[in-house]
Amino acid sequence: MKKGVTRRGFLKAAATTAVAAGASQIFAPAILRAQQQPIKIGHLIPLTGFLSPMGDYASKAGKLAIEEINAAGGVLGRQLETIVDDETNPGVAVQKATKMIQQDKVDFLLGTVSSAVALAVMDVAERYQKIFINSGSNSDEIRGGKCNYYTFCTEASNTQYVKAIGRYLVKNKNYKTFYILTSDYAFGHDLTRVTRRLLGELGGKEIGHDLVPTGTADYSSFILKIRNANPEVVFVNVAGADQTTFLKQYSEFGLKIDVAGGVTDTVLMWNAGKDTAQGVWTLIWWGDLDNPWTKNFTSKYRQKYGFPPENQAWGDYTSINALAQAIKMAGTTDTKKVIEAMEKIKFDGGKGRELYYRTYDHQLIQPMYVVSIKKTGNKDKYDIFNVVTEVPGKDENMEAIAPTKEENPCNMKRG
Amino acid sequence: MDATTFLQFFINGIVLGAIYVLLAIGLSIIFGMIGIVNLTHGILYMLGAYATVTLAPYVGFFPSLIISPLLVALFGMAIEAAFLRRIYKGDPALGLLFTFGLAMFLEQMVRAIWGTQGIPFQIPEALRGAVAAGPIIYSKYRYFIGLCSIVAIGSLWFFLEKTRYGTIIRAGSRDPDMVRMLGISLKPVFTAVFGLGVALAALSGVLASPLAGVEPAMGTNTGTFAFVVVVIGGLGSFWGSVIAGLMVGEVESFCIFFWPPMADASKFALMIAILLLRPRGLLGRQWERFE
Repeated sequence: MKKGVTRRGFLKAAATTAVAAGASQIFAPAILRAQQQPIKIGHLIPLTGFLSPMGDYASKAGKLAIEEINAAGGVLGRQLETIVDDETNPGVAVQKATKMIQQDKVDFLLGTVSSAVALAVMDVAERYQKIFINSGSNSDEIRGGKCNYYTFCTEASNTQYVKAIGRYLVKNKNYKTFYILTSDYAFGHDLTRVTRRLLGELGGKEIGHDLVPTGTADYSSFILKIRNANPEVVFVNVAGADQTTFLKQYSEFGLKIDVAGGVTDTVLMWNAGKDTAQGVWTLIWWGDLDNPWTKNFTSKYRQKYGFPPENQAWGDYTSINALAQAIKMAGTTDTKKVIEAMEKIKFDGGKGRELYYRTYDHQLIQPMYVVSIKKTGNKDKYDIFNVVTEVPGKDENMEAIAPTKEENPCNMKRG
Repeated sequence: MDATTFLQFFINGIVLGAIYVLLAIGLSIIFGMIGIVNLTHGILYMLGAYATVTLAPYVGFFPSLIISPLLVALFGMAIEAAFLRRIYKGDPALGLLFTFGLAMFLEQMVRAIWGTQGIPFQIPEALRGAVAAGPIIYSKYRYFIGLCSIVAIGSLWFFLEKTRYGTIIRAGSRDPDMVRMLGISLKPVFTAVFGLGVALAALSGVLASPLAGVEPAMGTNTGTFAFVVVVIGGLGSFWGSVIAGLMVGEVESFCIFFWPPMADASKFALMIAILLLRPRGLLGRQWERFE
């Protein structure tokens, strides 16, 4: 009777262990990898051109949101990851979005500030059945005539913006004559269409209108035309850096004509500075709003980057958090299930009320802020707005400013 | 359109044109002298603006109106001495490719140093607001731009036409071999001319800095417009650039009155029309070197 382990038995055992160990080394990480495969988001934002002032904030806010979510354990045990690229123009954006889906295997698309780009990316999202969250494009048709099942809009529509300033003007100003300046691309045309609807309601008269090429460096001739027409208010529907340039040059000519505008972005007014910025505008979110969500976001962002976030940062930060919440609720990244979850979620987006995406057009229903320029007692150069009023008021339904089904019909094909 | 309105748009066209003239003359004399199509011109215009927003808080706007162009000119001369000089003898396409690459490199450097965000910059206190002269109410700062341009263009003309150094430059650009045979070295002259052209670009950048945003993309379009003006005026022609710059300014100004969406395209339409009628531009003459 032999005691202990035979030489042959030892070899057998050793070989088996080795094979098993080897096998586990080969297969185990693959299994782990599959579990830890990050959830990828393709993030398209303007890094060059007249909308680029907003792009930098979108990218920084996206990074912050991802970091926070990953630090808290990710979503469904998986990390989030963004792939950031310049949206450039509609044609190039289509190529980039397609490449993100086919080559980088992104699960979701996010971003866009240009409405023309958003309209192009929406088509790609529909073709590949991927969710696209629009965090910065305003044209009504994105959530109206051209809406689709795969697109959600965190950014407010032009109608929400214009109805907000409109309600304020109706109550507080009695302008009879308007001069409208319009950015000559999808966004501007749409905004002016909505503005004219407002004029009809106000009983105001449009005494002048100019289409302005995007990226115009000099507004002097436009300003001379406005002065000759002598309206009670100039309604400025130009976007991006053009808004800053216009305001700087407008103040240079010393006109006494009031300024109002359907849409502004915080960074545009920061760039103009409190001495040259003027007028009343609609803003989607402002970093000094008095609520815990906003205080938390503003201080974290400021800590990380050294300056406060603005409204585009809000758009991308909110979109990523909403998406994470919906994926958690769905328990999967499957497009259809996440869409159903996106239609159900309610969340705090720093506006003091529960926000939600409306089911029939996927528009985020939210209050807006009418702001004016803070001229005195500013804490620092970032302290540029006074919030004049929140629209609709706290006691009103948030849908009061959203486009109605008649104004902006969306007949999306579900699934 | 009544007489007052016409006058307002006319004056505005001149001021718009003045900035184009400054840009174009610099580009034109560099080409005329050195034979290099300087694609960094728009970038050097932008550097003028960036130098000003950086310096003005310390030295004030008016000193930086002189200092910034000088600094950018020194930078330009260093580029000429270090790189451009080596490719004068080579294929003309080399100069084109080199300055094209350099322009992209410099633009990204500007992003790296000053950031991608625009830098707010205001008109100096003394020149803010508008001034009324009879029925014409116009921006003080824009009158100032017009004045600066007239002074700069006038001094340049005086320098080129009435001084010995100017004579060497003009002679050198027509027949460099003959000038060399007279015992004059053209090497330092090339460097000086490049510096001069760059200084003019930078000066227009300084003047434009409070009007438009100072941001990394500001040079791209402007550089293109400068080319349009030079081509309309005739390559290498001083008065050609002056006339073409003012024409482009006027066309743009009146186009905004009558048909704003065409404002940008009007410059190019003008260029096409002129080139069809006069292929060498308005005052372009036959230069043996470039035929």
